[in-house]
Amino acid sequence: MERIPILQMGEFLLVTIQVDMHDRLAMALQDDLTDRINRTSARGVLIDISALEIVDSFIGRILGNIAKMSRVLDAETVVVGMQPAVAITLVELGLSLTGIRTALNVEKGMALLHKSFEASVRDSIDGHAEV
Amino acid sequence: MQRSETMSIQSSADVVLVRQAVRQFALGLGFGLVDQTKVVTAASELARNTLDYGGGGTVKLEALEEGIHRGLRLTFEDTGPGIPDIDLALKDGFTTGGGLGMGLSGAKRLVNEFNIVSRVGEGTKITITKWK
Repeated sequence: MERIPILQMGEFLLVTIQVDMHDRLAMALQDDLTDRINRTSARGVLIDISALEIVDSFIGRILGNIAKMSRVLDAETVVVGMQPAVAITLVELGLSLTGIRTALNVEKGMALLHKSFEASVRDSIDGHAEV
Repeated sequence: MQRSETMSIQSSADVVLVRQAVRQFALGLGFGLVDQTKVVTAASELARNTLDYGGGGTVKLEALEEGIHRGLRLTFEDTGPGIPDIDLALKDGFTTGGGLGMGLSGAKRLVNEFNIVSRVGEGTKITITKWK
């Protein structure tokens, strides 16, 4: 079965969705990502959807699931690159993508992940000093 | 451009093919990008319902011309279990399938005309129209 590739960049995983995803492919991505976070101890996931021409309720649900699952595994998810027409349609469809962090593009998404990673490292150092 | 086409919906790969065909029709009718995206998204929701709840079915795509108005009509038909309570099924957040429950109500919001006929034990027919 075809799979969406997951690239590793240091502490982060990078996914670029470049195909019109059918439902089973989206489910496979969800499973593969949680598995990879677990195996690599990744601290962040960046999902680039700039090539996606639509986000319907199913894809929206999968993105939400990925964000929730990665949080449980101590990783942050940022979705980047949503096309304006897709954003307009999503809002009218009634999906707000609650709990999903978004950024305009890959660069801004990476900056967001770095910032939250550094903040969590600082927190753990501070926490350690108090002990 | 073709005036009408009927497609079978029997797998999640067919849902993708329906999305692509609807995009081509909308393009051919001169729809702008936002309207294309809206009608393709509505089609995606309804095609998935036809597959997941209706046990598969068909969709008919028709290019409409009324005077200077151009539109796209999509008719989804299945012979599945039908919808016992349409008003309830059209409520935001109502789902029997573990989804978000935005499929039917959301699709309705994305188009200009929405019509649903369903008989328990016989099937469901949903017609949507998007005007340019």
